[in-house]
Amino acid sequence: MVHLSWYLTVSAILFCIGVFGFLTRRNIIMMLLSIELMLNSVNLNLAAISHYMEDLRGQVLVFFIIAVAAAEAAIGLGIVVTLFRHRKSIHTDQIVSLKG
Amino acid sequence: MVQFLFFYFAIAVIGLGITIVNSRNPVHGVLLMLVLFFHMAGLYLLLNAEFLAAVQVIVYAGAILVLYLFVLFLVTLREEVRISPFIEKGYWMGFVIAIAMFITFIKGIQNFTLGEHGAYTIEKIGQLTHTKAMGEAIYTTYILPFEVAGLILLVAVVGGIALAKRERKGA
Repeated sequence: MVHLSWYLTVSAILFCIGVFGFLTRRNIIMMLLSIELMLNSVNLNLAAISHYMEDLRGQVLVFFIIAVAAAEAAIGLGIVVTLFRHRKSIHTDQIVSLKG
Repeated sequence: MVQFLFFYFAIAVIGLGITIVNSRNPVHGVLLMLVLFFHMAGLYLLLNAEFLAAVQVIVYAGAILVLYLFVLFLVTLREEVRISPFIEKGYWMGFVIAIAMFITFIKGIQNFTLGEHGAYTIEKIGQLTHTKAMGEAIYTTYILPFEVAGLILLVAVVGGIALAKRERKGA
């Protein structure tokens, strides 16, 4: 028997890995990939709780989160391409126009 | 057997996640992410969510990651493998924040109790098949969120076109 808390722990670890990647990576594409990692961990969390509660609400929510993640990836990568076209770089430490 | 599969998928997912955020070459990171998504689909199968496993493979592995790879090839990465993949002085800051968040989550999980059980037991979902049960829930109870999801995808399409359009000089 697999306990619910095991799934929640895996999900928590994965979310923290995503947070770490988002805060530390230099490349914007890798930052977006870390966001996908975090969204996946949340999806796992919802699916696990939904399964153990014998209810479909969580799994329906996972379906919608996947749709929103697809939209987010499309917009985010569009912004990355535009940024690269203007600045010839996608490194976060070289984009400092808003720094006072 | 189920326990063994769970531990295999869980350890694979966590190990791959750590490898991805530390990978020097972004192409390796994206390709490892593909493997991670397949293991994630395996975890969904263990949770009796076959439809979600299929959607995970089709949408995430099939569509989103291909988009990432395309954009990765559009931007140059010549100097990428030579410099550090992390921002300056950022590594330990990120590490401490991630560990602090993990401790908070663990404290929350320890005090977590499930609410009352719903109507969809494993036997009922097995009888209906998971896809049909999901479809019934989405198209009856959750029809408004479904419409909103369609609207979000429309916004993504319009936004993608607006961003990709080349600015004309003087226009």
